Amino acid sequence: MRLSLSSKTSAISALLPALTVMLVVYIGATGWTVWMSLTNSRMLPNNNFVGLRQYELLLGNDRWITSVHNIVIYGVLLVSLALTVGFLLAVAIDQRVRAEDTIRSIYLYPYSMSFVVTGLVWQWLLNPTLGIQHVLRSWGFQNATFDWIVRPETAIYCLVIAGVWQASGLVMAIMLAGLRGIDDEIWKAARVDGLPKWRVYVSIVIPMMGASFATAAVLLSTAVVRLYDLSVAMTNGGPGIASEVPAKFVMDHLFERANIGLATAAATMMLATVIAVVAPYLYWRARKGEIR
Amino acid sequence: MQRANVDIKGLQIGFGGLKVLDNLDLHVAPSEFLVLLGPSGCGKSTLLNAIAGLIDVRGGEIHIGDRDVTFAEPKDRGIAMVFQSYALYPRMTVRRNMSFGLKVAGTPREEIDRRLAEAAQMLRLTELLERRPAELSGGQRQRVAIGRALVRHAGVYLFDEPLSNLDAQLRAELRVEIKRLHARLGATMIYVTHDQIEALTLADRIAVMQGGVIQQLDTPKMIYRAPVNRFVASFVGSPAMNFIPGRIARDGNAAFVAGESRFSLEAYAFRGPPGEAPAVLGIRPEHVEVTGSDDAAAVPARVEMVEPMGADSLIWCRLADGTAFSLRHDADAQVQGGDTLPVRFPTEALSLFDAKSGQRL
Amino acid sequence: MTALAEPLPAVRRRTRMTPARWGLYAFILITALYFLLPLYVMVVTSLKPMAEIRQGNLLALPMSPSIDAWIKAWTSACTGLTCQGIKVGFFNSLRILVPSVVISILVGSLTGYALSLWRVRGAGILFGAMMVVAFIPYQLFIYPLVRVFAVTGLGQSLLTIVIIHTIFGLPTMTLLFRNYFSSLPIELFKAARVDGAGFYQIYAYIMMPMATPMIVVAVILQTTGIWNDFILGLVFAGRDNLPMTVQLNNIVNSTQGERAYNVDMAATLLTALLPLVVYFGSGRWFVRGIAAGAVKG
Repeated sequence: MRLSLSSKTSAISALLPALTVMLVVYIGATGWTVWMSLTNSRMLPNNNFVGLRQYELLLGNDRWITSVHNIVIYGVLLVSLALTVGFLLAVAIDQRVRAEDTIRSIYLYPYSMSFVVTGLVWQWLLNPTLGIQHVLRSWGFQNATFDWIVRPETAIYCLVIAGVWQASGLVMAIMLAGLRGIDDEIWKAARVDGLPKWRVYVSIVIPMMGASFATAAVLLSTAVVRLYDLSVAMTNGGPGIASEVPAKFVMDHLFERANIGLATAAATMMLATVIAVVAPYLYWRARKGEIR
Repeated sequence: MQRANVDIKGLQIGFGGLKVLDNLDLHVAPSEFLVLLGPSGCGKSTLLNAIAGLIDVRGGEIHIGDRDVTFAEPKDRGIAMVFQSYALYPRMTVRRNMSFGLKVAGTPREEIDRRLAEAAQMLRLTELLERRPAELSGGQRQRVAIGRALVRHAGVYLFDEPLSNLDAQLRAELRVEIKRLHARLGATMIYVTHDQIEALTLADRIAVMQGGVIQQLDTPKMIYRAPVNRFVASFVGSPAMNFIPGRIARDGNAAFVAGESRFSLEAYAFRGPPGEAPAVLGIRPEHVEVTGSDDAAAVPARVEMVEPMGADSLIWCRLADGTAFSLRHDADAQVQGGDTLPVRFPTEALSLFDAKSGQRL
Repeated sequence: MTALAEPLPAVRRRTRMTPARWGLYAFILITALYFLLPLYVMVVTSLKPMAEIRQGNLLALPMSPSIDAWIKAWTSACTGLTCQGIKVGFFNSLRILVPSVVISILVGSLTGYALSLWRVRGAGILFGAMMVVAFIPYQLFIYPLVRVFAVTGLGQSLLTIVIIHTIFGLPTMTLLFRNYFSSLPIELFKAARVDGAGFYQIYAYIMMPMATPMIVVAVILQTTGIWNDFILGLVFAGRDNLPMTVQLNNIVNSTQGERAYNVDMAATLLTALLPLVVYFGSGRWFVRGIAAGAVKG
């Protein structure tokens, strides 16, 4: 189809915003950030090249080590728990239960809320003097303890509880779409074959839902790396630095702590992690698209 | 379990206010190949799925092999099923697809291997056993689906439009394979299709269905030659039967009158005393005879159009009163538009239907 | 005749209440409680006076419910230096939301339209690249963008935050509309071209009117995303335009002395109100939005 000159120029001009954004923001800003991580900028950016010094400093930085440690725990737990819970919720709804729409709304509404709201709510619920521990004690369980949020070793798990609460609905929605895409006749064939329902899920359905699991896992993983709002609202990195996370480390050092070099080094490491997770996934999807 | 019979009495299926099948009876003899034939929505798939135990019945009974299975689970009915979309488990190899049900049921390993080898040999699947469904063609997938059904050694094999997803050539090939399979195994088979050619070639008996009711249950030959109502007559046979409206005259010889054309009804097997009500005469294009102009009983037909169809030609004609019909003729005969052909409708090939009810007279 | 089209009717086994079925409903009930608990606690606490909260139990119903906490949260809660209540944040968020949603959908739909129907060289590469960079965390862009806006004189302002939201909404919006336009029959487009319509005419008169379902999905996604945003608003909106989420965090986490939990929870509910209304009002559209946005690339 031949395009007239004027429409072709219109098309190209309509793509200019996207192109500009790509070049300036995504590529340009990222490049600049990476460059900054190789300098010794403090409060203002400068161009004094110092090689990988900032990265060395990172590796010796307590806060950073803790952040990385935390985000790994958070990531592994969140992804595995949210996938499991989300999958189970989807399977439960798929059993043709009554009031399906209402139940699905209940599972999914947390996803519509801000991380700040989620963080605050769970902060209260897990607060020992106000929340669940207090409730249990007031019911007569004198020695009940649920003070994870104020103890350094366990603070990060509280973030997991809140994160799973918010994200499971999303996983459920993705899984439900995958489940509903399974041909009805496969269920019939399994029934004629005499397979018990759990067996059908384990041996036939789950293997068929690889794409749904992958999509959900990637979405969750990218949200894990970005974790900021939730930790600020819920614990603000505390107690002390016990629940620090990389995104917060970067933000704090960019602004309050005025150490741009260190912050950008940390940001670059975040980028490397994202690439490590996303690149195989995108490659796998591109290949599947070509083969199909 | 071998070669079971299927007995259905007074079957009722529906939901809400909608009745799909109402008081349906059907008896299938052991080793019989029964085809449920009908257009979309006639209830044939519903009936098959009810026999399989995949849908609830509201009333009536289903017996398979003299056992009452009306409320039994599919796996307890001694049935096996082949689906239109093959329904193969996508992530399993052919071998696993065929043996999974048996394995879960606890069948001993040697028995599974034996049955698998047998079915694979019968369906020429032995080289394909380690492949996944995605790596197979449509015809191969359907054979795997049939193989999965065979290893169950069921009393009744149920087929739900298994060839509808295949192209015409594959359909013809697999049709023959299924017929061979039935001859070799002697198993009871119930087969659903909307394709009347499949029905005519495969069936021992055909149940033609419409609106949830079995219109006619008979051998293919009888359904073809003596359809019990106009629906059955028009559904089976290609090219379709001609229908000529008119009435039955009782003056002198019994004859069918359509305008000026008069067709003898001598020796026609009436079911009951025919009235003077308007009727429709049915005759298949291949049964219309072209005689000589010296035949006194011949009726003139004016040729409008000739459709060459390879070995034969389909000639479209009109009777004196303008009624159109078609007839099959030798492709070599020199016939063209405008010619007048003397035609004869042999009585033994006729079907008469009441104009209003469509029932055979 | 009420024809029944095969395939089969949906109703199968009349599901009997077996033990397995009871287990299923028990599971659903317990998980539903886990999800509803926070909402319940927030509502209930926001209706109690502080005395009742101090003495009582977080799960108990209010003995004498009152909306005082709500009024206080709206009109006089302290966010940092001023005590004007969270209504300030509400209207800020609104002022950020409307232009951001409109412009990001406009730019995104135009970009998606250009990429899907018009054979521009490199369109595939641009689209692929957009899908890839959508995964990059904001932390990598924040500082350079702050510098750019500072240098251009825009600094922290309403315009800045709207531009930022448009920029970061571009990949998702483009994906949404490009996939949608690609799924429409190409004949429509060809017929319009034969009729002599140009680029923007086809966009405005033919494509966008047909894209109503996608526009609904896009509005839902952007409204929820932009309203709930914290980090971008914190950095780019400027002190006078801080969105509700930022204000909320200030109200709650920077109070000295005893926390007024009922006010805090009322403020939280107020912040969550708009997305919840969108969510419950949108029904299946919300799920469609997730499905459309989750299928990245």
